[in-house]
Amino acid sequence: MKILVAVKRVIDYNVQIRVKEDNSGVVTDNVKMSTNPPDDNAIEEAVKIKEAGKATEIVAITIGDDKAQETVRKALAVGADRGIHIKADGIIEPLAVSKILKAVVEKEKPDLVFMGKQAIDDDCNQTGQMLAALLNWPQATFASKIDVKDKSLEVTREVDEGLETIEVNIPAIVTCDLRLNEPRYASLPNIMKAKKKPLDQMSATDLGVDTKPRIEQIKVEEPPKRKAGIKVANVAELVNKLKNEAKVI
Amino acid sequence: MAVLLIAEHNNKELKPFTLNVINAATQIDQDTHVLLIGHNADIVAKSISEVSGVKKVIHVDSPIYENYVAENYVPVILKNAENYSHIVSAANTFGKNLMPRVAANLDTSQVSDIIKVLSADTFLRPIYAGNAFATVKINDSKKCVTIRPTSFDPAPSTGGSAEIVKGEPCEEYSLTKFIKKEEIKSDRPELGTARIVISGGRGLQSGENFKLITAVADKLNAAIGASRAAVDAGYITNDHQVGQTGKVVVPDLYIAVGISGAIQHLAGMKESKVIVAINKDGEAPIFSVADYGLEADLFEALPQFLEELNKLNTIQK
Repeated sequence: MKILVAVKRVIDYNVQIRVKEDNSGVVTDNVKMSTNPPDDNAIEEAVKIKEAGKATEIVAITIGDDKAQETVRKALAVGADRGIHIKADGIIEPLAVSKILKAVVEKEKPDLVFMGKQAIDDDCNQTGQMLAALLNWPQATFASKIDVKDKSLEVTREVDEGLETIEVNIPAIVTCDLRLNEPRYASLPNIMKAKKKPLDQMSATDLGVDTKPRIEQIKVEEPPKRKAGIKVANVAELVNKLKNEAKVI
Repeated sequence: MAVLLIAEHNNKELKPFTLNVINAATQIDQDTHVLLIGHNADIVAKSISEVSGVKKVIHVDSPIYENYVAENYVPVILKNAENYSHIVSAANTFGKNLMPRVAANLDTSQVSDIIKVLSADTFLRPIYAGNAFATVKINDSKKCVTIRPTSFDPAPSTGGSAEIVKGEPCEEYSLTKFIKKEEIKSDRPELGTARIVISGGRGLQSGENFKLITAVADKLNAAIGASRAAVDAGYITNDHQVGQTGKVVVPDLYIAVGISGAIQHLAGMKESKVIVAINKDGEAPIFSVADYGLEADLFEALPQFLEELNKLNTIQK
């Protein structure tokens, strides 16, 4: 079984982002970048499945500028076998990403495609479901547990009301929740080895996909600031304020 | 053209957030139609038809829609999509799972999680966990949009008298099977709609210690929330998680206890009307969004808090 894992390079989750002065977006120059956190869970799960002897090859793919390669190298360092980098600049909307992934799926013919449930930059939460639609494959979104069966997966999904379990036939798309597993760190020897693993490059145009945005981003602004609050000295003062000043209890 | 809204329900009742989404939909276009896909859900169809602002209910009934499976819902939505300019649903796990599969089939780019309708094609949405707001305009002729329910008031559940028409079911998608749903039942107000939420974080140190939170929640008739750290540590189940990847809440009062205030947690609660933070670390980022901060050991502060509440003659419910 072959697993394709899609990873995205995003501003590190610990960075407090800043909006550009011209309101055209957020500042990304000289800002720490990392793999989108739930994409790390997607790689980890693929590696665990391979270690359990249920998968034979893991291919990591990313879409973005030259630096996005780092994200693939990191995936290679924790256990992916080879990488694909699709070169593209600017905003690539989830619809275009899923069209690129579809073209790659048709070439690579994986049995499973894993990715994070949501990217923490645009917070869209769309790509996996869109890819599933374009391929007419089953989709198991927000996965927090995956059991690999003979020709299917049993997936536990994190939904608003609690947990839901579904069975999807292979081939399938799985989008991973942060609770799926604990991603491992890459060891130094493995980071070195990853540099020698094959990494193919191509462009969206090579795959015949139009990546022109369909949605116009008119402006990006800072959200309204909360006015500074106060520190209270003790619990009695807190309850008094809540009762008589804020009038919420 | 009109708006087609996909209802979330359990065949017995409409999920309350659908009312908030109906309100948002009517801000896009007064002609809002609701598509109800389910089984033996006549009572839900009737209740939707009475919601203020709904002009028409399309009810599609089949045993294959007993449980919600996106792969089964989508063909029905596509079949009904033709006469609509917008297809909308809630930006919760129901709509997030469903809408992109609709949008990709229609070859249209989706706008997720809008918090404001600026015009029929222009919307405000949070990005980067709510640390920036983007104004976006959809140029596709068919617009797929998910709506953050807590950013809109619910539409009144009475006052409407929409016609209910029957729609045709589609063929079953055989590659995905629903197995089970483990819903956590509670007598408490629902986290997403509660007037007061009290949340615990890693500072609680154990699941057992959440009883301190529970005691206060009982007194205030509050819902119980948690940070991702507390959920990951196994103190409490995932349905309590507030944050970027959990639930977004906007109660009148949010009490964060033993929560440091990671960016991803703030994304889920910083729009609350009044925020209280109780934390022994005076430098914790949670204090930067708190209206009232109490720097204290929660194991002393929570019992005192309950005691002070008990002294009050009246507590708003």
